[in-house]
Amino acid sequence: MPLDQLNHPIIYFDNAATSWPKPAAMMAAMINYNELIGGSPGRSGHQRSLDAGRVILETREALAELFGCDDSLRIAFTKNATEALNIALSGILNPGDHVITSSMEHNSVMRPLRYLESQGVQLSVVSCSGDGRLDTEDVRAAIRPHTRLLVVTHASNVTGTIQPIAELGEIAGRHGILFCVDAAQTAGSLPIHVDEMVIDLLAFSGHKSLFGPQGTGGLYIREGLEKQLRPLMMGGTGSRSEFEGQPDFMPDKFESGTPNTIGLAGLGAGVRFVLTERVETIRSKEEMLTTRFLAGLAVLPGITVYGPPDAANRTSVVSFNITGVSPSEASLELDERFGILCRPGLHCAPAAHRTIGTFSQGTIRFGFSYFNKDEEIDLALEAVRSLAGGDAPH
Amino acid sequence: MEEQRYVVFLFPSVSYALKAEKILKVARIAHKLIPVPRHISSDCGVCVRITEDKQQDVERELLGKVEWDKVLLL
Repeated sequence: MPLDQLNHPIIYFDNAATSWPKPAAMMAAMINYNELIGGSPGRSGHQRSLDAGRVILETREALAELFGCDDSLRIAFTKNATEALNIALSGILNPGDHVITSSMEHNSVMRPLRYLESQGVQLSVVSCSGDGRLDTEDVRAAIRPHTRLLVVTHASNVTGTIQPIAELGEIAGRHGILFCVDAAQTAGSLPIHVDEMVIDLLAFSGHKSLFGPQGTGGLYIREGLEKQLRPLMMGGTGSRSEFEGQPDFMPDKFESGTPNTIGLAGLGAGVRFVLTERVETIRSKEEMLTTRFLAGLAVLPGITVYGPPDAANRTSVVSFNITGVSPSEASLELDERFGILCRPGLHCAPAAHRTIGTFSQGTIRFGFSYFNKDEEIDLALEAVRSLAGGDAPH
Repeated sequence: MEEQRYVVFLFPSVSYALKAEKILKVARIAHKLIPVPRHISSDCGVCVRITEDKQQDVERELLGKVEWDKVLLL
């Protein structure tokens, strides 16, 4: 078990915020870049600059393979999923457009949409069920003649509820509506195929289930759509330097300024780890851990679990509450007495907490990773039992 | 003996040139990444140089995989 700075064992269950630990290859790739490459990609023709560009290309190609995308240059890198979502939403929506989203969205979707609403964009927030599931019939009913975009999270960061992305993509495609997916919680932990799921815009985080460092993320943009999408930032791209207008092609249009090359070196190693282990294997391990935890919680007194009852319909995220103990108190106790690291509160998703009935107290959230072990789940269940005032089993 | 002539493939940006490089490595076609000659463009990027006789082979390999702006004789 990993140790904290005072050599006490810790159990890291905050993987839905950022994953830890990372594969050893991630750190090795970052050290390799810093020691042996170090150049600015796309800016010069010297060998270190080209090597830096090759590092970034390899990361793009690995992601394209993971998402079933034919052309890796359709992926633009950003500093996180939030930036990617901001490019997608504020880049495509104009006053008078109608956009549909779900009531389970993170603020990385909700806040840009609320801002755009104040600028004249019409917004429909479709209510989800108490366990966070979006009904495709409700989405169909919300479509208007001028609906431009459907934006939905692949899986909730609060309850782990997996949305029916392929069906939603099919509905959007049939109605000529663009489809944007927030894959912050699922890229690397659930299969994603941009063509089969009819996804036009896919925003992903690099530092969660793709095992990259923080400061990495990206946006897949369907061919041709980049012409209609305004960039958030403009500036130097290393290309078309003789012109003062922003390039209009992928990925340069959305990648102004020197990129986070060292971070993207790490992300590449993380994605290659996922490709080698296989998403299906990772998913199966995480589902087993989640099933074990849910089964353990089910027999404890005073525990309320949110989200789908079955691990098959959720990611490895479990939100719960202990009767008589606030989430913030519980997480402090879990940290200080048991070395269990998790996240209490609203998880930047107030709409999701309203949907599941936990606003404004929030929940205790555990997020498991491929690197967690059965023993850690069992120790956590004992800790929760202790906080809930239950007796240890004899 | 006739002097070897070269052509260069110019791309929208370095990302495209590097993607082309990767494809040509797999296809085992001799090539070299060089800075874009000033007399061709004031762009500060790189281009792919090949011998003239390989132009059609290179176009066939890149078609549908990576777009290029133009091909010029050096």
